Amino acid sequence: METTAHIDFIAASYAAAVIVVGALIAWVVLDYRAQRRKLAELEMQGLTRRATPSQGERAIERANQAAK
Amino acid sequence: MGLSDLANPTRFLKFANRTIPWLAGVTVLAFAFAIERAMLAPDDYQQGATVKIMFLHVPSAWLGMLCWGLMSVAALGTLVWRHPLADVTAKAAAPIGAAFTLLCLATGSLWGRPEWGTYWVWDARLTSELILLLLYLGVIALWRTVEDPSRAARAVAVLTLVGAINLPIIKFSVDWWNTLHQGASVFRLDGSTIYPTILIPLFIMAAAFTLLFATLLLAAMRNEILRRRVRTLQLMQASAAS
Repeated sequence: METTAHIDFIAASYAAAVIVVGALIAWVVLDYRAQRRKLAELEMQGLTRRATPSQGERAIERANQAAK
Repeated sequence: MGLSDLANPTRFLKFANRTIPWLAGVTVLAFAFAIERAMLAPDDYQQGATVKIMFLHVPSAWLGMLCWGLMSVAALGTLVWRHPLADVTAKAAAPIGAAFTLLCLATGSLWGRPEWGTYWVWDARLTSELILLLLYLGVIALWRTVEDPSRAARAVAVLTLVGAINLPIIKFSVDWWNTLHQGASVFRLDGSTIYPTILIPLFIMAAAFTLLFATLLLAAMRNEILRRRVRTLQLMQASAAS
């Protein structure tokens, strides 16, 4: 059988792969940018996941000050 | 850094930020090599040039199933071990698995038309693969329906484990029922029935697809961790405002 036989089906398959993989890559990249942007906006408003130091962090800070 | 260290989302993010660019680079190189090998592979004596569709169809099918297997392990991680990254993995993997399963069905259909004379038949292999796609869509819908991620994770974990029953059905459907789809030809106890000139490019393409899967999964997991951080901050903002 010639290599060119059914070339349209082969081309359509590879085009489908490019579309599906391209869509996955676009989804991951755009989602990453969107989450980074939202996180930056919230942090600019002064919000952080640890607005106040935890007990452990305060204990370490006290120990460091005592060592000085 | 040990594997157990990656259970911590912050450490995982550092690991992902360092690894993703390298993994993406290796994936591009692997695909360049795999596509070259696939294009240079000879025509099959029965399928002719349409064997080139198999270089896409077979790895997509493997990854569609592998991804559900990974989600099943993650489901156990959620329900039994309550691993911090288990439901992050499960949620990130679902759209990727759905995409590979869709590609498997699309390329299989495009191969079937010239070889079988039809795009679709309701045989056991094709139908069980379609059920896998529907299960993926069900999982994605469930994640979107339940707002609280931890509650959604438990519901999705149960659905994932129930859906795992479909994996052996897909694999052995060609043995258990009389199907138009061919039987196993790559992994067989008596050795592969595929000639090395086609088998080797197929394995190279499968490796490239697996690298792509790993890159996408890592990137999607990073996005999911960031999304949860955003959600936590938004909840803090809302509670401070009220």
